[in-house]
Amino acid sequence: MSANFLDRLRAVLLAILLTTAFAVPALAGPFEDAVAKFANDDFSDTDEAIGAVAASGNPLAFPIISALQEGRLSADPETKKVFVTGADGKIIDAATGAAVDKLPDNAAAVRLNNRLRRAVEAAVGSLTLLSPDPAKRIAAAQSVFKSHEESALPVIDGALAKETNKAVKAAFAEARAAILLYKPDATEVEKLEAVAIVKAKGDQEAMALLTGLSNDVPPNVARAAASAIASIQSNLATWSMVQNAWYGLSLGSVLLLAAIGLAITFGVMGVINMAHGEMVMLGAYTTFVVQEVIRTSYPGLFDYSLLIAVPLAFLVAGAVGVLIERGIIRFLYGRPLETLLATWGLSLVLQQAVRTMFGPTNREVGNPSWMSGAFELGQITITYNRLWILCFTLAVFVILLAMLRYTALGLEMRAVTQNRRMAASMGIATSRVDALTFGLGSGIAGIAGVALSQIDNVSPNLGQSYIIDSFMVVVFGGVGNLWGTLVGAFTLGIANKFLEPVAGAVLGKIAILVLIILFIQKRPRGLFALKGRAVEA
Amino acid sequence: MTPHVLTRSLDRSASIFILVVAGLGVLIPLSNLLLPAGSALQVPTYLVALFGKYACYAILALSIDLIWGYCGILSLGHGAFFALGGYAMGMYLMRQIGSRGVYGNPILPDFMVFLNYPSLPWYWYGFDMFWFAALMVLLVPGLLAFCFGWLAFRSRVTGVYLSIITQAMTYALLLAFFRNDFGFGGNNGLTDFKDILGFNVQADGTRAALFALSCLALILTFLICRAVVTSKLGKVLIAIRDAESRTRFLGYRVESYKLFVFTLSACMAGVAGALYVPQVGIINPSEFAPGNSIEAVIWVAVGGRGTLVGAALGAVVVNYAKTFFTSGPLAPYWLFMLGALFILVTLLLPKGIVGTFSAWRESRKATEKANAESAAREDGVGEPNPAE
Repeated sequence: MSANFLDRLRAVLLAILLTTAFAVPALAGPFEDAVAKFANDDFSDTDEAIGAVAASGNPLAFPIISALQEGRLSADPETKKVFVTGADGKIIDAATGAAVDKLPDNAAAVRLNNRLRRAVEAAVGSLTLLSPDPAKRIAAAQSVFKSHEESALPVIDGALAKETNKAVKAAFAEARAAILLYKPDATEVEKLEAVAIVKAKGDQEAMALLTGLSNDVPPNVARAAASAIASIQSNLATWSMVQNAWYGLSLGSVLLLAAIGLAITFGVMGVINMAHGEMVMLGAYTTFVVQEVIRTSYPGLFDYSLLIAVPLAFLVAGAVGVLIERGIIRFLYGRPLETLLATWGLSLVLQQAVRTMFGPTNREVGNPSWMSGAFELGQITITYNRLWILCFTLAVFVILLAMLRYTALGLEMRAVTQNRRMAASMGIATSRVDALTFGLGSGIAGIAGVALSQIDNVSPNLGQSYIIDSFMVVVFGGVGNLWGTLVGAFTLGIANKFLEPVAGAVLGKIAILVLIILFIQKRPRGLFALKGRAVEA
Repeated sequence: MTPHVLTRSLDRSASIFILVVAGLGVLIPLSNLLLPAGSALQVPTYLVALFGKYACYAILALSIDLIWGYCGILSLGHGAFFALGGYAMGMYLMRQIGSRGVYGNPILPDFMVFLNYPSLPWYWYGFDMFWFAALMVLLVPGLLAFCFGWLAFRSRVTGVYLSIITQAMTYALLLAFFRNDFGFGGNNGLTDFKDILGFNVQADGTRAALFALSCLALILTFLICRAVVTSKLGKVLIAIRDAESRTRFLGYRVESYKLFVFTLSACMAGVAGALYVPQVGIINPSEFAPGNSIEAVIWVAVGGRGTLVGAALGAVVVNYAKTFFTSGPLAPYWLFMLGALFILVTLLLPKGIVGTFSAWRESRKATEKANAESAAREDGVGEPNPAE
């Protein structure tokens, strides 16, 4: 490469630099002119500027419009220069994109009124229709669907032609249909097609769009819209049933989780543990402590905090349970009413102890990343934490069932439950089995506390709110039967959620309580009653 | 003249109890009203109201002891009957406010004006008359207990199952009364009372009279309970407590006995609530909280269940301790103490104060007698009399 060539190159570069430095104001194009209008502090000029900038196709258009929307666009009325302050605080010149150190002293934020705000929103919508991020394109298409602004039609048409992503394409087609439906000069055929597309979308918004249709549409279109509304309505009714069922399952899993430990202590051992709710609370506070330690010492482990908390909560609550059994309950076997009172007293002590140690207010327990967020299934939204809790509950249930069925301890537990004296004669250390059974029930309550800390407030009263519900589940399902607890929990959860839309949350709950009281009259031993002599004991 | 049935077989502790309550019921109001304020012997008005509260708690404790101590029914929802009686009285007191309320509506209580009630709900009719309200104080808790008991006892719901569904009952009522559209003032309940039977509720004289009335009600409740438990009916109740199936097989209709005593007990709890409300000046849904009912059970356990005197004593002792500790620097530890009380009493003092005391006295008497006999035998004074 010759020196001559390098010299010429340098000269050309210098020329380019000079032109950009001095000639830009003189050679200003339509985009720069439009941007300069923001500095006029005149609403109609701003309106024109928004339209021109949005239509320019310049890569700076989106940052400018979104800055305008969020009040981060400022202009200097003297020099007619306009500046964008980024969300991160960096300032650039709106016309050239060049970085600027600081705003001029007399720069003021560009003002908007309500009419302009709508224009800005529409501009943002049509600009994001061309965004490289498919999720943003879908969101933009949905906002166009809602606003069905005729002005967006050309952009949509253009975007639709270029679009390759299937989901985005569908969203664009829906948005286009919405615009055509409301466009007075669209043909009847176009409108009928649009109705079909909107009907296929089939959600609340589609229905709102169709019901909002004016009366002066052609009769064929009106008829098609009416039938589409009817079909969407029945579709939505089905989905709301599914939604209620899901909420019911979710509530049922929470009830099951809270009640499953009780099913062991009350159902299998016949011990009324009013401090059961406090075992749940201990589990929740264990989670809190684990997260605190992780936050201060090992921030990287935060996503594993629950996995660490589960065994710890089991051990903490289980150990407390064994202590309670050894210290109090074993002196009260055969006196269920006294057990009830003593454990109630214990629950007061535990609550107050936690209140003294951690304070009376709610403590913050965070969701790990894999438990936050939600996904859409058809027309319903399913949050990950509820889904995980449901899975977790079922896993705990299965493990417990397997434990009782296949392990030596499970066998001994069942033996002691069925006939204590016979079991003792066979060489089973019944008092040890009692302590371990109670510890197991309490430990499971502790695990429940870990899960409930994700959806409920962690406060000293956490346990109180579950104790009556848990007893209802166990009594309803039938004492001494884990399957009964499972069926009871899900029945109550689903019944509650189906009553709620009809009767309201509180009345629904009251109705459930009254129904259980009446149910107990009919079947005093619950859904799945133990048969045989054990009943009268 | 007291009917014979009420005074029958009063033993020494019962007589002492009645004399003490009657004495306090006369002396405290007199001291409050007649002695000059500031005198060492004058009982200040706030204490009169406090003692009146204790007397109401003692009635509630008696009603629980009647069913738990003598019939083995552990109700964890007796606070509901207490609160219902209280609400009936509160409704009368609300209607007495008339146009003196904040909004000055002659018919509607303030909270109804506030919540835009167009007119008085039907279930508030009649509560402007004292006799009607007094009837409701007995009838509403009684009727609820009758229906609840009829369902529960007939299908033989016993033991902890009954305890748990009584708890569910009071919990359901708690939720219901918290609702604004239920027509009982929601969260705030009924308060801001002005007068009762034309007397100012706040006045010293009214408070003294209410205290005396509470003592009278306590004595009457005690006599009724005593009459029940010493009668033949009482013997059947004790038989049910100790061996329910056996009693049924002997031909007694267990559920009728239980239903009678449960309903009677609920009426007593209602009266306690009705006397309680004008003395504390408020009734709100928190009275339905399951915790309150369980606390009332522990009063009975502390005093000694199945002793009546002990139940009343336990109510006063535990509540005095509560007042004493929760108002002092030890307040944060009160729940520890209450919890420990539950545990220690059930573990170490299953008969309660009065039960343990009488057991100790009887065993001392027995040893004294045995000592005397053996001493007499050693002295060779005579052969033991076979007629003894």
